[in-house]
Amino acid sequence: MTSKIAMRILTAIVALIFLVSWITRSGSGMSDSAFTNVRDGFLITFAVFLTLSIFSFLYRDNPFYKFAESLYVGISAGYWMSYGFWSTIVGNFVPRASRSLSEFFHVPYQERADHILIYIPIIFGLILLTRLLPKIGWLSRWSLAFIIGATAGLNLTRYLRSDFISQVSNSFIPLFVDWKGAGDFVSHISLAADGQFIAILSNWVIFVGVMCGLVYFFFSKEHKGAFGVASRIGIWILMITFGASFGYTVMGRISLLVGRITFLFGDWLNIL
Amino acid sequence: MKYIILLFLTCLSLCLSQALLAQTASSDPPAEAALVPSEPPAPPSNVRVSDLANDDGHGIRVTWDLSPDDGAGRSSVISYDIYRTLNPNDPDSLWKKVGTVVLGVRTYADRGEREPGSGSYLPKHTNLYYRVYAVGAGVRSAVATAGPAQATDDWFNTMKVPELIFCLVFLVLTVRFINMAKKGIDLYVRPLAGIEAIDEAIGRATEMGKPILYVLGIGTAGDIATIASFTVLGRVARKVAEYQTSMIVPCCDPVVMTIAQETVKTGYADAGRPDAYKEDSVYYVTSQQFPFVAAVNGTILREKPATNIYLGYFAAESLLLAETGVLAGSIQIAGTDQVSQLPFFVVACDYTLLGEELYAASAYLGREPLLLGTLKAQDYLKAIVLVCMVALLALRMITGADVISKPFDAPWW
Repeated sequence: MTSKIAMRILTAIVALIFLVSWITRSGSGMSDSAFTNVRDGFLITFAVFLTLSIFSFLYRDNPFYKFAESLYVGISAGYWMSYGFWSTIVGNFVPRASRSLSEFFHVPYQERADHILIYIPIIFGLILLTRLLPKIGWLSRWSLAFIIGATAGLNLTRYLRSDFISQVSNSFIPLFVDWKGAGDFVSHISLAADGQFIAILSNWVIFVGVMCGLVYFFFSKEHKGAFGVASRIGIWILMITFGASFGYTVMGRISLLVGRITFLFGDWLNIL
Repeated sequence: MKYIILLFLTCLSLCLSQALLAQTASSDPPAEAALVPSEPPAPPSNVRVSDLANDDGHGIRVTWDLSPDDGAGRSSVISYDIYRTLNPNDPDSLWKKVGTVVLGVRTYADRGEREPGSGSYLPKHTNLYYRVYAVGAGVRSAVATAGPAQATDDWFNTMKVPELIFCLVFLVLTVRFINMAKKGIDLYVRPLAGIEAIDEAIGRATEMGKPILYVLGIGTAGDIATIASFTVLGRVARKVAEYQTSMIVPCCDPVVMTIAQETVKTGYADAGRPDAYKEDSVYYVTSQQFPFVAAVNGTILREKPATNIYLGYFAAESLLLAETGVLAGSIQIAGTDQVSQLPFFVVACDYTLLGEELYAASAYLGREPLLLGTLKAQDYLKAIVLVCMVALLALRMITGADVISKPFDAPWW
């Protein structure tokens, strides 16, 4: 009961702040049109309300977050539904299917002999919808099988190049860069970023990292003995890489937060 | 709470410092960068055009000799502009600019689109003419024209010979190991902690009477990680049905949802409990990343699942999901092949399947000959690569010959 009253008081306070903000922002609008100022004031205030509602999740789940979440999901789902219709059906199917439909949707009709091919995905798409009819629902598995099989087959060669061959190719690096003997190496040793020592060290780190990383991802043998040591080095290298990646990405996320804070303190409160 | 306040204050100070910096920068006088037109550079010479090899018939290779002013002479060349037309007698305005390359480059691959409606369409079996200009500061050289050339398609892409070789080797190994598995020969696969924890996590959910949340990520049904995740989902669904607990599978893609529904349904049927399957347990949320995360986070906090399993393709939402799971007190098992997201799962989840472990998981769980054979073939391919790397590096060290630089990039075959 107490929490209900507290929630009502909180909602009233939020509504009051919303109204004050709307009125203030409308009053400080830059446009000559009163309607534009009122509209812009409402939009900024509503954006602030949604931003703070999403931030309130940091405290705990609450009705404001639920509202923002439902609105966000609803708008997004509706947008994608609409986008799918206009880009796939109107954008791809209609211009190839019928001149009158193209004229109806105001898209240019494309007359080509190979348009018959577009009926294959249409048939598969319709078959996918047979899931809605329990008696012939099994037909939808044909479409699913085609989607999985075709994409897996197409991705095989694509990923074989990008994730395997290219990476293996880039791992074939000389372990002794500009090597003219141990004496020459020792006499010219330096920690300069473009120096021989750092180049050799980098290549050794890559070589050992790739070797030990591959050993870690070898599933057919138990990780014991020398194999286990190599595997352990592999996981250490992976974890060090993850640590560096973590820090780098967190910095990127902080910049997103700065963007929101700038919006709140700059666009809304005008104190930046 | 104090950490949130601290974070807030940090961001506030960052914003203020940013505003101050912006103010300081704006007080500096603007730099003047007006280009003063100079004398036109000499044009490139000996322009040749030919069909682009190893393509689908919509590309032309343009080659030329560098302008005398490119890196020499007056050194006034900045770049080269390449133009194309169907009729060499067209006025300048009808020649279409198709590309620009920087100084020192003497070739350009004009790769067009296949669709006639697209802006960069390049027709097949049609005479095409090209012009190349050397561009200086605000001026360009006299024109160098070449043509005609026709784009034709090739049946075999010689640049993909390494893929063919690897595919054939992989195919032979896979068939061999599948046959071995079918004959009942025991193929060892080392235990994976994350996968072994799944059964334990399902047991925990049963004891607590709470659901299991299974997220397939934001990938499409064609992503390898999503396909691998379907296999694990089938196994989890089977266990869930056996233990008579419940599961929630929110999906970010309608096709993924359809396949997930089929997979879960089959899992329940395999466990002998098809009646326990609820179609609503596998549902579509939205196709956009962050609304999807907002919805799943809300579900985690409201349903408080005992176990969260995140297997599939994940991007920026990985930490958001995993952190919320920690707040809800769930056991979390994650796995993805996205290297940039693995650190977040490693820090926030109890078990993480790193990259290829996700693919191995399906074979380890199912113990089906087809999957086991594929996993074994992958392992042996890795072993071959390891041996080749060591052998080639040793060969280089012994002979001093550069036999190892980019072995798959040049068409040396």
